[in-house]
Amino acid sequence: MDITILIYQAILVVFIFSVSLFVAMYSTYAERKVAAFMQDRIGPDRAGPFGILQPLADGVKMFMKEEFIPNPSDKFLFVVGPCVAMFTACISSAVIPWGDSLSINGHILSLQVADINIGILYVFGVVSMGVYGIMIGGWASNNKYSMIGAIRASSQLISYEISMGLALIPIVMMSGSISLKTIVEQQQGIHWNVFVQPLSFLIFLICAFAETNRTPFDLPECETELIGGFHTEYSSMKLGFYLFAEYINMFVSSAVMAALYFGGYNFPFIHSLGLSHNAVTLLGVGFFFAKIFAFIFFFMWVRWTIPRFRYDQLMKLGWKILIPLAILNILITGALMMIKAS
Amino acid sequence: MATANPIDYLPIIIQFIVAIGFVIFGMIGSHLLGPKKHSKVKDDSFECGIEAQGNARLPFNVKYFLTAILFVLFDVEVIFMYPWAVNFRDNLGNGTWFWEMILFVVFLMLGFLYIIKKGALDWD
Amino acid sequence: MAPYFFYFLAFLAIFSALMVVFSKNPVYSVLFLVMTFFAIAGQYILLNAQFLAVVHIIVYAGAIMVLFLFVVMLLNLNKELEPHKSSLLKLAGVIASGILMLTLIGTFRGATEQVVGAGLSDGLTYNNQVGLVKNLGKVLFSDFLLPFELSSILFLSAMVGAVMLGKRDKEPIEL
Repeated sequence: MDITILIYQAILVVFIFSVSLFVAMYSTYAERKVAAFMQDRIGPDRAGPFGILQPLADGVKMFMKEEFIPNPSDKFLFVVGPCVAMFTACISSAVIPWGDSLSINGHILSLQVADINIGILYVFGVVSMGVYGIMIGGWASNNKYSMIGAIRASSQLISYEISMGLALIPIVMMSGSISLKTIVEQQQGIHWNVFVQPLSFLIFLICAFAETNRTPFDLPECETELIGGFHTEYSSMKLGFYLFAEYINMFVSSAVMAALYFGGYNFPFIHSLGLSHNAVTLLGVGFFFAKIFAFIFFFMWVRWTIPRFRYDQLMKLGWKILIPLAILNILITGALMMIKAS
Repeated sequence: MATANPIDYLPIIIQFIVAIGFVIFGMIGSHLLGPKKHSKVKDDSFECGIEAQGNARLPFNVKYFLTAILFVLFDVEVIFMYPWAVNFRDNLGNGTWFWEMILFVVFLMLGFLYIIKKGALDWD
Repeated sequence: MAPYFFYFLAFLAIFSALMVVFSKNPVYSVLFLVMTFFAIAGQYILLNAQFLAVVHIIVYAGAIMVLFLFVVMLLNLNKELEPHKSSLLKLAGVIASGILMLTLIGTFRGATEQVVGAGLSDGLTYNNQVGLVKNLGKVLFSDFLLPFELSSILFLSAMVGAVMLGKRDKEPIEL
């Protein structure tokens, strides 16, 4: 690998990183606007036209606030907690194929940071690391609300991780690969996985809600019973990191769902338009982001529609319904593939 | 199948460095910019406005612990399915390939039924 | 470039492994152990054992260590409650782990000789794609099928054991 490729990849990493931060920032704005729309309000409208500068104002406010570390807490781990949460959120986007390749002056430039052989498992591994940010933060605070919130959250995250892993296996069986790029390439045109694996998609969607701590799975931070859950004691940029990590996770899981089940950057009639390769690639990136934004909107729509689960319902759904369903789905997929082949 | 090498992971290291840089920048930046005013009551941990009673690190329900153990077991089983699933499409003619996993899943489901029967997953 | 990565990861692994032992607080020990696992996963990637690397992170760092953290929190190992260990116990610990280290070193030296002696690998004809998930699956589900199926029985017994320990019927648990 020569040095120009390395520089290109560094630029790509920084660019995608900035884009994901930007999208996460404007997701907070979009969330407030969507909430306002659904509740027949106006929403933020003071900072700039239509309140478009509101996320910037929020960011600056978070940044300038007093940082507060309670005395009984473990001070080092209190700082490490939000750092881990933010770090795991930031690294998960590395394996997502944002588009096909661009060719500029004979160089083929891939629009994916790292096309590794174990793409799905990388995402899975990063998700399993997300537990630590919450557990460390909740434990270090030395506050009863934080502790209860952290234990609830980590139990919830690990329970839904199993169904998530099981839900993806039929996709792997059909594509014969766990590289995200290969899976996206196999969904040419409109051959999207969601049409052949609707059950797998449904399970993955529910797990994505649970893993990002979004309503109806926001028990770890339910304001009405646990004040703020695991981040009760947090303020300033540390609270900002926890909240921001949630939005980045939402963005990345939307991207993963779009890539795995909705064809990623593929769109119908991709090759019958007669466009050049670069134009098709750029159009594909546009379609991919359109799919991601549709998912982000769906996340918000659900938040303002469905009430929160009770804890026993949450555990029952995760263990007693989703796991057997996911295993059944694997067996049915296997049997159908065998029948089709013979 | 295309060859895969450790060099594929170099961009991921770059991403790690960028992410760490951003996190450290955010932490130090907000630490330097924010005001710092301490007082004994303010630095106490929050507890509905009354004085904090005892230590928050109390033992909790053993159910959570049981969930974590079962998670470890199921997680390993899920991981075992991936090498099987990747090769499934190439072994469609090979009947035993499917039955191997059926046997595995049957044992898994036996354990699962036992767990449910014993009520280890009931939260009440 | 690979040797630098190797030395960095090896340093990280040894440093955090030592910190596991020397940390006073068990929560810190667990977190340093997570760091050790990450360093070892990095070594696997350098060896091109990609699947093993990610499994190491998912299973060890993501599952078993979470369980450890739960245990540390469940057992309420606060600093003031930790009993002081006598020096005799410490000496016994040093001797026991020293013997374990000697055994491990002996085993690994023997293993290297066996691998080279049996012609499994001479460093020249070694296929570096063997650690990828597809090749691993081919071997696991043909040559090592019996151990694989036996492991499912092991999981079954582990599940039964966990439920037996965690759920004593209708008996109040005092903790």
